[in-house]
Amino acid sequence: MKINIPTPLRAYTGGQQTVTVPGATVAEALQALTAAYADLRNHLYTPEGKLRSFVNLYLNDDDIRYLPQKESTPVEESDELTIIPSIAGGVAAICNLFCS
Amino acid sequence: MLHLSYSGYAALRAHGEETYPHECCGVLLGNSVPDGNRVRQIVRAGNTRTDRAHDRYNIAPEELIRIQRQARTLGLDIVGFYHSHPDCPAQWSQTDFNEAHWVGCSYVITRVDRGQAAVTNSFLLTGTSEEDKKFLDEPVEIEVNEQHIEQEKGHA
Repeated sequence: MKINIPTPLRAYTGGQQTVTVPGATVAEALQALTAAYADLRNHLYTPEGKLRSFVNLYLNDDDIRYLPQKESTPVEESDELTIIPSIAGGVAAICNLFCS
Repeated sequence: MLHLSYSGYAALRAHGEETYPHECCGVLLGNSVPDGNRVRQIVRAGNTRTDRAHDRYNIAPEELIRIQRQARTLGLDIVGFYHSHPDCPAQWSQTDFNEAHWVGCSYVITRVDRGQAAVTNSFLLTGTSEEDKKFLDEPVEIEVNEQHIEQEKGHA
């Protein structure tokens, strides 16, 4: 299956936007990805092996957290997995310092 | 260095004025260049933090994926993000830092005072991991093309 790599992680895939890996499930595909590109592991997973909270994984258009089988969801060769770190923030903390 | 067209610069500041007193947010599409990032297109995004949009923003991952697909068809990448700080400095906050995960991307912040865009700054997220990431002040080069200068003369 194809895995889409976001801009900040391409440094660890030789600059590739998309990589193709084998695997019958999402978990197997991710395992193949980190086996091929070992430096990615630390960016995707915590030292305890959990997916980092800010890393979103989408199988085609579906967030895998909301799929019944989550990372055990079977995948086809034509499926696309997208890794997309979250983007958020806000003025909250600084405003307390400067604006109150 | 962040290279940004005048129209892009004006567009992201106008977005902050439109959403005031709430924060606006959006994505910068472009290319990485030897001295930084060059923005080719500004894409507005919705702020999903409707519960406290006055001091927080979040872009839905689904929207981010759609924008990333759009970028790919144009031969562009996501090179940064922008948001506004209503009535607060154009400096990154601890919340901005904690939630910043796109190393190598530019984070543009515009201060909007009483509905008027004031200072706009950019910060480059650098580092090799979550543990050593940091924001660096990033110079912004506003590129004004001749056509724009002519339009400005026409309005003078």
